[in-house]
Amino acid sequence: MERQSLTLTIFVHIAALVLAIVILAPVAWLFVMSISSTPDLLAKPLHWWPDTVDLSRYGVLLSSVANSAGEAFVASLFNSLKVAGMATIAALAIAVPAAWAVSRTPAVGWSLYAVIATYMLPPVALAVPLYMALAWWGLLNNVFGLALVYLTILAPFTTWLLKSGFDSIPREIESAAVMDGARLDQILRLITLPLAAPVMATAALFAFLLAWDEFFYALLFTSDQRAKTLTVAIADLAGGRVSDYGLIATAGVLAALPPLLIGLFMQRALISGLTSGGVKG
Amino acid sequence: MTNNWITTRAWLLMLPLLVVMIAVIGWPLIDTIRLSFTDAKLVGTQGSFVGLDNYVKVLSGSNFQRSLLTTFWFAVLSVSAEMVIGVLAALLLNQRFYGRSVLRALMILPWALPTVVNATLWRLIYNPEYGALNALLVQIGMLDSYRSWLGEPGTALASLILADCWKNFPLVALIALAALQAVPRDITAASMVDGAGVWSRFRFVTLPYLAGPLMVALVLRTIEAFKVFDIIWVMTRGGPANSTRTLSILVYQEAFSFQRAGSGASLALIVTLLVTVLAVAYAALIRKTAGAS
Repeated sequence: MERQSLTLTIFVHIAALVLAIVILAPVAWLFVMSISSTPDLLAKPLHWWPDTVDLSRYGVLLSSVANSAGEAFVASLFNSLKVAGMATIAALAIAVPAAWAVSRTPAVGWSLYAVIATYMLPPVALAVPLYMALAWWGLLNNVFGLALVYLTILAPFTTWLLKSGFDSIPREIESAAVMDGARLDQILRLITLPLAAPVMATAALFAFLLAWDEFFYALLFTSDQRAKTLTVAIADLAGGRVSDYGLIATAGVLAALPPLLIGLFMQRALISGLTSGGVKG
Repeated sequence: MTNNWITTRAWLLMLPLLVVMIAVIGWPLIDTIRLSFTDAKLVGTQGSFVGLDNYVKVLSGSNFQRSLLTTFWFAVLSVSAEMVIGVLAALLLNQRFYGRSVLRALMILPWALPTVVNATLWRLIYNPEYGALNALLVQIGMLDSYRSWLGEPGTALASLILADCWKNFPLVALIALAALQAVPRDITAASMVDGAGVWSRFRFVTLPYLAGPLMVALVLRTIEAFKVFDIIWVMTRGGPANSTRTLSILVYQEAFSFQRAGSGASLALIVTLLVTVLAVAYAALIRKTAGAS
């Protein structure tokens, strides 16, 4: 390519700087709020960097002293881990065989479109009967109940992602194994699934992030520390009477940390998933 | 192996997924339809059949019409801003500059930030007394006195749209960037040799590569924007004076705050119908775009 003109080079660098500031400033501010003392946060004019770094809120939120803000926060952290973990495992368990079957058997392909179409459904269209059913089974305010409900989001999504992953593994490898007399379970266990490991990992990450992010069902179906997830706990903090903005920001940083780390370190896998299989909503 | 057996085997492998989908999606959807013709309450009474009463009440009420309009504006404004800014950012990220790979990596941050954390963060930024936006605008002299961005009906929706846009434009940018990297360099070079200007190069060389992926992003983003709940619930709960009460918030209030399961269900189904119409229209559009290029 020919050399860029100097004006264009300067313009591109300035625009890149602006974009970097736009992206970074809000995230950085969340972090700064979390380590600023309350007087710094309430000062006018506002202090953009605290006089003294105050890390005490991290200690407060991660302590498990009974009846403290920390106890509720830690409980919701574990609830989020449990719900997202269980829902991810369950979604993969039912999506892997289904996605493989659709990928290798075009005759049943139309059923995949029916499953994907459900992904468009607004959660409000399912919420009332799900609430009544969970109440009936005694699964309201219960991590198992919430994980089950999360399958409405995770299962269609992972099936879609995995199907395109299986499509890119050549059938010929499987056919060759069939010639050699391998059984279906041997083919899947020894050939297809190891080859599909990267796409399965991507699907698991997406599923986990979706569940970690979920708010609507968690708001409706959980009510206290036994099942409340992080998103609901943070919304409670933000909407409640808590006047320590630093504490709210700290809770936000801690809740954002796992997905941000996954995002930064698994970038390649996530972006290939974003651009090929689908897009997280 | 016969074809018959292969198809049967495929159905068997799909059985767990289908059973779960019917249990957690199929059945609730059908039950929502049944409930929408009753006056059931969320807890207690099963309700009795009331025919189309709920639909008539909902469609003729001013609440629904106002929420529909609010949702429409939220979706149109946030999605179009996200598409435009996203494509511009992608064009920038496709240029050569120092720190390009770092900036590309940073683009994942707003996307990875949980929606509720994003909403909380912007709620703090917009805080009328101590928020960073007020402080910044006053310190650089663009604003005389602090404002309540989320507390005034005139600015609340726009403030929500800005927060939504910040979180979602990087996704559009990443999708567009991946598409841009698929444009063969020799085509761009050839068009430059032929004397094509910047605009016509974008319009006739680059855009055809972008059209497909961007259409998909547009569809998914519009459907998501139409269903929006989380960011609004955390930032304004539909207020002030119901100026940010989108359809999903309205359904939530009807079915869960007021516990009117029947009319909430009818409202939810109307929303579902609107999203479906939108999706079908878009699908037709995508097929047309694919056929044209």
